[in-house]
Amino acid sequence: MHEERWLLPAGIEEILPPQAQLVEALRRDLLDLYRRWGYELVVPPLIDYLESLLTGTGHDLDLRTFKLTDQESGRLLGVRADMTPQVARIDAHHLRRSGPTRLCYLGTVLHTRSDGFAGTRSPLQIGAEIYGHSGPESDTEIIRLVILTLELAGIRDIYLDLGHVGIYRGLARQAGLDPRQELLLFDALQRKAVPEIETLIGTWGLAGEPARMLLVLAELNGDDALGRADGELAAAADSVHRALDELRAIAGALRRWLPRVPVHFDLAELRGYHYKTGMVFAAFVPGWGQEIARGGRYDDIGRVFGRARPAVGFSTDLKGLLHLGVGLEERYAQAPAVLAPCGDDPALQQAVDALRAAGRRVVGGLPGVECSARELGCGEVLVLEEGRWALRPA
Amino acid sequence: MHFTAPLTIALSKGRIFDQTLPLLAHADIRPAEDPETSRKLILATNHPQVRLVIVRASDVPTYVEYGGADLGVAGKDVLLEHGGEGLYEPLDLRIARCRMMVAGPLGADLGSRRLRIATKYVKTAERHFAAQGKQVEIIKLYGSMELAPLVGLSDRIVDLVESGNTLKANGLVPLEHIADISSRLVVNKASWKMKHASVMALVAALREAVGRSGA
Repeated sequence: MHEERWLLPAGIEEILPPQAQLVEALRRDLLDLYRRWGYELVVPPLIDYLESLLTGTGHDLDLRTFKLTDQESGRLLGVRADMTPQVARIDAHHLRRSGPTRLCYLGTVLHTRSDGFAGTRSPLQIGAEIYGHSGPESDTEIIRLVILTLELAGIRDIYLDLGHVGIYRGLARQAGLDPRQELLLFDALQRKAVPEIETLIGTWGLAGEPARMLLVLAELNGDDALGRADGELAAAADSVHRALDELRAIAGALRRWLPRVPVHFDLAELRGYHYKTGMVFAAFVPGWGQEIARGGRYDDIGRVFGRARPAVGFSTDLKGLLHLGVGLEERYAQAPAVLAPCGDDPALQQAVDALRAAGRRVVGGLPGVECSARELGCGEVLVLEEGRWALRPA
Repeated sequence: MHFTAPLTIALSKGRIFDQTLPLLAHADIRPAEDPETSRKLILATNHPQVRLVIVRASDVPTYVEYGGADLGVAGKDVLLEHGGEGLYEPLDLRIARCRMMVAGPLGADLGSRRLRIATKYVKTAERHFAAQGKQVEIIKLYGSMELAPLVGLSDRIVDLVESGNTLKANGLVPLEHIADISSRLVVNKASWKMKHASVMALVAALREAVGRSGA
């Protein structure tokens, strides 16, 4: 027998007042922001057939997805651990528009294990995607939207980290790595484990420029990384130069649109390497050891749903943002609630209706309750004075 | 050397601390106190911007991954067990060197039954035997692994071997080499990006110090 029935599973949390009201207020403001930018809201289901949830994604997502059996069909269902594949399906299979489609979404996702960010296993994922356009313009629009999202959540001093999976992919191909080698080197690169990279390259007998360029990739980071890449990767294949040009175009646009946001380049940063196809980015803030929002380009994610289209997007955890944001309490501060006494007087009901119509919170008094207005969270009371219902401080 | 951003460096007491100090001294970082005599867990240095925190060796990756420290020094044994994918490990400091080995009683005939392995390094042991196609039972212990085969708790152990004297004194011999172990500089991903200049300056100074002591 478990005595502690109130206990929640690890990494699962309830949001209580007044935080829950803040989450809701911020949620509305963010969805309004996306709407003003022309993004349409979609609401994908909480559970889905496993194979459609995991299509085109990595092994990591498989491990992080809760699974159950569907008694209707006998098939395996998954509780979504990431809404991105679901939104890709909506674009590819259901909407099937010819022009660019902008979609946004918000909902709880469930992870079998916490990915470290705030230790939660039930993030409130919020994100936006552009389908049907490939180029620095849509990349930049998504990054601008990330920064606006974070700023709206009261987060300051944002750092942007920018990379491009095409650089490593091109260099690995140029060096003739087989898929297993590409994966091993990718793993070492993700950890910037220079000693291991040297060992791997030595063991495989790689030599010359392709080997040197793979080795130097771990060092190509910092705000001057793009400049250094010119010289260091001069002998790289065309696809690598195209990737660098794309990054340069995005960097130029970001300087124009977001001159205050420091941009750090990391050409060996390959988050989501298995399904990303172009630039990748993440946002950081001082004092928080992990990224707070991430995204990038994953063209062709919709292929398995019948339609390959360029795609770029971002996502973040609304609860995590709330934890880091400042000034939200002040922004969403509400006028004090009003306590209305219990009674049948039509004039009282009219006064209450008028206050509620004006957006005030009116709490109805209940008979037999020995509780002051203050204890009920009310700052004002409705009192009958000279035949009229009037507001007075509690 | 001048550090523009505040840096916190996580170290564990004992061998790693003692052998890291000369490397840090090359980067002109000197602790204001000796952790062996001080009970403080945060040690100031000659740089007001740089401080050292003293944590258990196996906790260093956790502190650094979640940003409790910007950098740290962790043994490769600890990183193999931790997984290490949430961290950068740009530099082999070539200190606290030893080997991760499988050891056991000499000449014991174990037949083809499933081996029982006593170790502190559960994941490393599992991976090592799985790569050989062997299914083994892992028995997690926190210390004195050499005892386990002697009292019939396990058939083999997986442990760090430095001189081999402890094994020898307990009638065990090293059987298989798993990995060469040394300490690595580990860096928090966000610090790498947001405190780039300071972190790079420290990494460069330490790399130079390692090169010099290795020469």
